[in-house]
Amino acid sequence: MDYFAQQLINGLVLGSIYGLIAIGYTMVYGIVGMINFAHGDIFMIGGFIALISFLVLVSFGLTAIPVILLLVLLVSMAVTALYGWTIERIAYRPLRHSFRLAPMLSAIGMSFVLTNFSQVSQGARVKPVPPIITGGHTLHEGSQGFAVQLSNIQIVVVLTTLVLLALFTWIVSRTRLGRDMRACEQDQTMAALLGVDVDRTISMTFVIGAALAAVAGMMYLLYYGLVDFFMGFVAGIKAFTAAVLGGIGSLPGAMLGGLAIGLIETFWSAYFSVEYKDVAAFSILIVVLIFMPTGLLGRPEVEKV
Amino acid sequence: MSTPNVRTSQAAQQPSGAAFIFKKALISALVALVLFSLMIGVRTEAGNQGGLIYWTRFDDLAAMVAAVFGGSIVVELLRQWLGPVDKEKLVPPVVRSATALAGRWIAPALLIFTFLVPVIFYDQRYILDLAILVLTYVMLGWGLNVVVGLAGLLDLGYVAFYAVGAYSYALLATNFGLSFWVCLPLAGILAAFWGVLLGFPVLRLRGDYLAIVTLAFGEIIRLVIINWQSLTGGPNGVSGIPRPTFFGIPLDNSDDGLAAKLGIEFSPTHRVVFLFYLILAMALLTNWVTIRLRRLPIGRAWEALREDEVACRALGINTTTTKLTAFATGAMFGGFAGAFFATRQGFISPESFTFQESALVLAIVVLGGMGSQLGVALAALAMIGGFELFRGLDQYRMLVFGIAMVLLMIWRPRGLIGHRAPTVFLEKSQAISSDLVKEGHG
Repeated sequence: MDYFAQQLINGLVLGSIYGLIAIGYTMVYGIVGMINFAHGDIFMIGGFIALISFLVLVSFGLTAIPVILLLVLLVSMAVTALYGWTIERIAYRPLRHSFRLAPMLSAIGMSFVLTNFSQVSQGARVKPVPPIITGGHTLHEGSQGFAVQLSNIQIVVVLTTLVLLALFTWIVSRTRLGRDMRACEQDQTMAALLGVDVDRTISMTFVIGAALAAVAGMMYLLYYGLVDFFMGFVAGIKAFTAAVLGGIGSLPGAMLGGLAIGLIETFWSAYFSVEYKDVAAFSILIVVLIFMPTGLLGRPEVEKV
Repeated sequence: MSTPNVRTSQAAQQPSGAAFIFKKALISALVALVLFSLMIGVRTEAGNQGGLIYWTRFDDLAAMVAAVFGGSIVVELLRQWLGPVDKEKLVPPVVRSATALAGRWIAPALLIFTFLVPVIFYDQRYILDLAILVLTYVMLGWGLNVVVGLAGLLDLGYVAFYAVGAYSYALLATNFGLSFWVCLPLAGILAAFWGVLLGFPVLRLRGDYLAIVTLAFGEIIRLVIINWQSLTGGPNGVSGIPRPTFFGIPLDNSDDGLAAKLGIEFSPTHRVVFLFYLILAMALLTNWVTIRLRRLPIGRAWEALREDEVACRALGINTTTTKLTAFATGAMFGGFAGAFFATRQGFISPESFTFQESALVLAIVVLGGMGSQLGVALAALAMIGGFELFRGLDQYRMLVFGIAMVLLMIWRPRGLIGHRAPTVFLEKSQAISSDLVKEGHG
């Protein structure tokens, strides 16, 4: 039971990270209708920016860890958001009204660009960081000497995710921007006729998605203590799997899917085999889609001829 | 997705002039400065004591920002010089008839040239190897074209079938000593079987759900190959895969080799030339089968499925078998190509079957204009040949490749050959623009 509780905690933390990335996929899909294959690499860039800005801030003589972390969070969100904006501007906007596969391939190309850009500019070796947030609490002392641990970093990851989700939900449901986004999702032409700046709204979608991915990148860096140039690919397809599992286009679905993928992966590693955890996640995706072709929370597509 | 562009009127009257260009370039440079300041300006590396060290590279950063500034001026000037992009360009009749003539003769000319490649470049091993590689991708492209171009099912995991074919041949040949010519059909059948297996769960899925499931399938196959070490050798791969024989006669310098039997002097180039004609024959077979299938009811059903699934069903087409045959046919050709790849390399490992390969083949199909057989061949030549040209760039090669992919998509979103002859027509065949055709809808 203790083992189960421990894995539950680990899975929820991993799932929060996946969920944050998955929101970027699902948001872009809902509004523009394309799979943003470069999103996983945006997450990787976010991790790198967090790492570098952390190093720079420490070398400036800052010592208060909470201040540093807050600054790192803001810097990596801002810079990564600019990456998202630029990529949309360069690679996707010219193809907005083109046929479906064109932006997707452009995105695959962009993903190669980002992966290799960070390999060329930061080197191919894994960048480790010493644990920054240490300590934790023992929730329950087990009978066989196994204790359920909740480390401080896990608390930070989950709390940050919750705060951001609340902020994000508020933006989507209460603000002018959120209303524009929902309008564009339903009908871009109609939204444009009613005075919504469609281009700006789409840009903002990419900016928000990239900022959330940057947070996920930073959490990943803090939690696992390393970044490398190739981590975007695997995390990206996992998060995309999460978005599809939850029903692509649905925002709560993305978070739910993220948590589901995180839990599946953790429990599979804990009880069966570590090697096949990704196979398990993908297989469960396929099985779920057989019975629910639009994911857990997706709306069925009504089709007209 | 296909919403008309409401805002074109604004784009039509863009301001010009030096001040505007300068302002735009300045903004671009500023954006570049923020983007690159941390990623290029600061270089991190794991230090000797396990910690991280970093050093600054402000000269590189300044060079990059200056390049972006200059580049955006050039791009803006070019854009004003070329005029609006969306305008329909008037083509003089002479040019049009010339391109029509070229269009008619380019395919036979290319085919004859391909047949002569081993004769012309007999002494240049490098060119022969490159030609074999290009033809392998032509074959993969034509195989995927059945699934994506004809049936309109977006497949992001095509490399899985390539892997199944390669591993089928490698394992059958190394464990049971079966010859290439026995294994080739087996590899195709096994790959087709996996294609049907993938086809079943995705029958009800559409569009992007299909994309992720095929992607997941490709990853599952790769991960299983990596982890099932007792069978596949895991990350170490399978080595010592037998070379192909000329229908049982080995191509080596032994006494019963082909060279000895024909009474000519042995040369290692013989095998390369043989491999070249082998893959050429296999690719042409793929092409021929595809062209023939397009005229059969099943091919028509594929194209109908691509255009409209609901209408298809209303007309009594069995979408289940239509989709499954498309997956199986495409997968079978992938399996053939995989078996060829294994026998050519003599060594295979999971590294050859990553998502990058799937993306590359898909890029070839889309760049080729989806459904155009000639276009796919030209796109494979351009992509693989271009990739080889940049071999000297070393670590920058994939970066350049990615940039080229983005630029090509922006330049020709519909592919290099955006027109194609329709399969069914009334009285007179007329080339239709591929803008009128739906593809990859799922």
